[in-house]
This record gives sequence, C-alpha cells and structure tokens, in this order.
Amino acid sequence: MTDALLSVRNLRVEFPTRRGILTAIDDVSFDIMPGEVLGVVGESGAGKSLTGAAIIGLLEPPGRIAGGEILLKGQRIDNLDPEAMRKIRGKRIGMVFQDPLTSLNPLYTVAQQLTETIRTHMDVTEAEARQRAIALLDRVGIPAAARRIDDYPHHFSGGMRQRVVIALALCAEPELVIADEPTTALDVSVQSQIIDLIKEICAERGAAVMLITHDMGVIAETADRVAVLYAGRLAEIGPVREVITAAEHPYTAGLMGSIPTLTQDNARLVQIPGAMPRLNAIPQGCAFNPRCERAFERCFKDRPDPLDRGGGRKVACWLYDAVNAGTKETADV
Amino acid sequence: MSDALLKVEHLTRYFDVSKPWLNRVLEREEKQFLTAVADVSFEIKRGETFALVGESGSGKSTIAKMVVGLLGASEGVIDFDGHRMTGTAGAEMRALRRRFQMIFQDPFASLNPRWRVGDIIAEPIHTFGLMKGAEVSNRVGELLDTVGLSAKDAEKFPHEFSGGQRQRIAIARALSSKPEFIVCDEPTSALDVSVQAQILNLMKDLQDEMGLTYLFISHDLSVVRHMANRIGVLYLGRLVEVADGKRLFTEPQHPYTRMLLDAVPDLALSGRRRKPVEGEIPNPINPPSGCAFHPRCPLAMPRCKAEAPHRVDTATGYAACFALETQPA
Repeated sequence: MTDALLSVRNLRVEFPTRRGILTAIDDVSFDIMPGEVLGVVGESGAGKSLTGAAIIGLLEPPGRIAGGEILLKGQRIDNLDPEAMRKIRGKRIGMVFQDPLTSLNPLYTVAQQLTETIRTHMDVTEAEARQRAIALLDRVGIPAAARRIDDYPHHFSGGMRQRVVIALALCAEPELVIADEPTTALDVSVQSQIIDLIKEICAERGAAVMLITHDMGVIAETADRVAVLYAGRLAEIGPVREVITAAEHPYTAGLMGSIPTLTQDNARLVQIPGAMPRLNAIPQGCAFNPRCERAFERCFKDRPDPLDRGGGRKVACWLYDAVNAGTKETADV
Repeated sequence: MSDALLKVEHLTRYFDVSKPWLNRVLEREEKQFLTAVADVSFEIKRGETFALVGESGSGKSTIAKMVVGLLGASEGVIDFDGHRMTGTAGAEMRALRRRFQMIFQDPFASLNPRWRVGDIIAEPIHTFGLMKGAEVSNRVGELLDTVGLSAKDAEKFPHEFSGGQRQRIAIARALSSKPEFIVCDEPTSALDVSVQAQILNLMKDLQDEMGLTYLFISHDLSVVRHMANRIGVLYLGRLVEVADGKRLFTEPQHPYTRMLLDAVPDLALSGRRRKPVEGEIPNPINPPSGCAFHPRCPLAMPRCKAEAPHRVDTATGYAACFALETQPA
C-alpha cells in the first residue's frame, strides 16, 4: 500500500554477542495508516519496544537493523545519518516512554524542556514557544498550566508527569506518536485518564499512534488494529475487535484465554504451557511450536509467513494454509 | 467467630518521615508522620481467599508485612487462630510463625542467587527443625514436583530459571513448613499474562489440595476477581469496602470502588463510555480531613469533610461511607 504513513518492511534487528548473533526482531512487516491507532502487544522479550526503538532510530548499540526497511510516507528513514534522523525524531515522530520520571530531565524546568523542543523544530521566538507550551500543558489537562510550567519534573505526580511527556511528544505536531507502555507505571484510575488523553489528542490532531503495551485491556479500548508479536516475529495482525473476540493464531487465543476478566466466570484460566523461548533457543519452524497444542509436522520444519486472511487480517500459522485445508479442519476462508 | 483464622482489629501503622533533629530545631518544624495504614479491621475465614486491592500507596503491602510480623503495628491487634500475635515473642511466636508464610512480588529479588534451589526450599524445614537428613531432600523433591518443576531442579541455581519458574520455587519454599496460611503480596504482577495464568491456576490447585487460606494482595482487579472469595478495597490506608468476591463487581457500594471498576480497561469491547476519573491519590502525609476520598468523590457532602465515616453494613458486606448511611441500599 502506498498511502501508509509508516511502513515497516521485513524488519530484522540483531544483537551481535560473543556467542553469536541474536535475532531480536525477525522479519516483521506492518503498516500504520494516517490517523490510525495501531496496538502492538506481546509478552516481555517479544520485541515490542525494540520495534519502536528501531523505527525512531534509537536502538542501543550493539543492536542494529540488519535487514528490511522503514518508510515514513514513502521515504526511507532506517538508513538516514544521525543528523537527518534527529530532525525527524520529535518533529515528525513523537515518543512517549514508559517511565515519565526518566524521560524528563530532572535538572530543567518543564518550561525549559518544552520550549527547547518547540524551538528546535519550529521557527518561533522564545515568547511564542512559551505560549505554545502553556497552551499544550493546558490541553493535556495540567491545572494552572501558566504557573506550573516553571516547576521541575519532581514537583509533578506520576500521572501529571506523563501528561507533560505527552505534551513534549506532541509539541512539534508530529504525524506519528510512538507510545511505549505509556501507562504501565501508573495506577488504574490514572491509567484510564492517560489513555483517554492520548486517544483524544491524537484524533484531534490527526496523528497516528503506535501503542506498545502488554495490556490487552488497554489495546481493546484504544486501538483500531492490533499486531501480536511473539519471540520477535509477527504472530497475528488485524482489526482489534476480530483479533480479541476471534483470535486465529493459537498463541493469541491462548493469550486471550489466560487473562482474567471482570465479567466472565471460569474456574480455571486457559494456560499456555511453558514460556517464551530465549532468543538463543528459538526452535526451528514456528517459534511457538513447543507450546502449541495444535502443532503438527510442518510447524516443526518450516516457518510460517503471515497469511492473508481477508479483512486486513494476517496470521502466521500453518493451520490456515490452503495446503492443509484438506487434512486439518477445513479452513473457513 | 471461631472459624476466623486471622482477625485484624483497628490495625494502624505510622512511619516517621520527619527531617533530622537539627533541621527540625532550626527550621522550627514538627515531627511528620505518614499514616500508611489507618484503623483497618477484617477477618479471614479458614480456607478462603481474602484479597486486598488498592492503588499504589494504599497500604496493601504494609498490611501484608504486619500480618506476617515483618513490621510491627503502631496500634491495633492481629489474632492468628485465637493467638494474639502483637506482643508475642520467643518460642510461642516461633510456633505460630511456622503456620504462616509469604510469597513476594519479585521472584528475582526474593531468592538468594548464591543458594541452590534445594537449599532455598529446605531453609524453612531446617529453621523449624521439621525433618532431618535424607528426609529433607525427599521432601524438597516432592515440593518441586507439587509446583510443577522436577526434583532434579534442586541442584540448580535461581538464575537458571525464568520468572514464572522462580515464582514456583518461591511457592515451594512457602509450602515447605506446611503452613495453613499464606500471604501473597502481588505474586503475579512481575509476570507475563500467560505465565500469570499458570501461577494463578497452581495457587488455586494447591488451595484445593491442602486447604490453604490466602491473603491475596494485588492491584489488578481482574486477577482479584478470579482468585478471591471476599475482597477488601483500600484507599489511602483505609479500608473503604469489604464485599463478597463477585458481588463487589456487580454491586459496588463505595464510590471509590465504583470509580476503580469504571477505570479498568474493558476487554469485552462493550463500547461502554467510561466516566472520566477525577484527580489522583492525595499525599498520605497530609491526607484530606474526614473521609480521605472526599476531594475525588462525586457524592461528597459537607459531612464527609468534617468527620471520618464509620463502617456500615451493606447488602454485600460492609463499607465506610456517609452516602450509604443516608440512603440504605
């Protein structure tokens, strides 16, 4: 598709170590449309945050993009020099990190940090930048913004700090915001405020959001589409409602069943045996095969590519391959 | 009641957060106290799972530590199976100690990395002198088997295990002194959901087999709903509501409980419009007067500001709220 805002094509991220190369992200492809909220879920170590870091060019060495390409409005951004990338970061792609305490500089006031960012990316005077900053803080729901703008980050509570970080991410009016676990460090009552805020403010400005989280509930309430990662690979991607209510990949189905809900009663939770493999021990074939109840011969030999299931849905599972349609349960295409 | 295994009455804990003496004298400041737990009373019946939920700073973990005796209570009493625990020491306390154990949140911090798994699990057995010699290693093997690991794992070190497996080791250690009561302080919040499901299932199975009683502490309402028979909701160190497990979710009484339930992201995709939550938890050093929740409460009345509400019985348990007093449910 050409009209995608961000296009990730066969992304591969590697970490060379003394004991060989670890592939942390292996052949992951997805698109983000303008104004869309794409949720990215997975358990720890699935490569969610690394995908975000790779897009924005903040991979920690020795991590490196070893293959594939990342396109922002058709322009490649994965091979830009650091200076050119710096212009995109903040200006065209904003970032909200998990821990609001570490993503703000404790030695500068909020005003200094916001105006610096605004003036880096926009041609405005100090006074104009300050005005913009106050308006933004006001927009993200900080009471008495004009007064509080001169406070230091430690004067703010966790939820308020995350609001400041959101203001910081949005101050240059980016086209894409990457939010990496934006609510994980917050309490539930504050979490819902922040989710609503991100949703509202991005819709208002037409910014697309890549929301990285391990919390399916957050995804269900926020995202338009969801991508499920497992061991650095894309397991399933599709519209959020379908993926949640009728997961096709056995991993997604197991994941959904293992989450206790507030409405359903089951004596036992569905459990997926075992744990996600370590990066140096990813099995041959499908990475999920040792834990999959429905695994068959082919799963241990060949790695499944995401198969198009219609309706914008892709599932990387041999169960849905036409070749098996006769032997396995008839795929309901 | 005789079927109460644990009875907590008017439990209160202050922490002294004052500046050093010289600063206080020079800056003419009073001593400052943080009230982590204020006048909390509840009972846990034999064989049930009683859960405490609350946001950070609500005093969940402080209560857990006081119940197992890792922290002293400033005021109030804790009775375990008819024995007063506050003020008890020596041999009598030792005998009681064997009967309750604790599982901690972070399995990476709660296991000594220099000890073999077998020694970690055997430590309570040695401490209480329950067994000797070969019996001990047999028992360790049995316990590992119970929690879904293999007896051979006793030779390994904790770093060889994943988070979920380590939590299994922590559970085996808690079980090794044959306790009746286990305090679980956020046992799954450091784990991924698929592993969380394994641990929660294991804990339920063990409860059925051994008739264990749990005090289950968590911030995750859906986990609590899955596990608990009765639930207590904490806000700023105060117990605002206690209700029967599932009914807390269908018939929440206290306005804070309602707010908390409203805030949980909805996996069922019902598309319900959430009421926006107002404000954040206030500073516990200077909590609001009267009912601690009144600045955020949609039902607040002048009275809530002036006096602290007392416990009133509700259809599902009890709650502390003036709004429930005036219009009985």
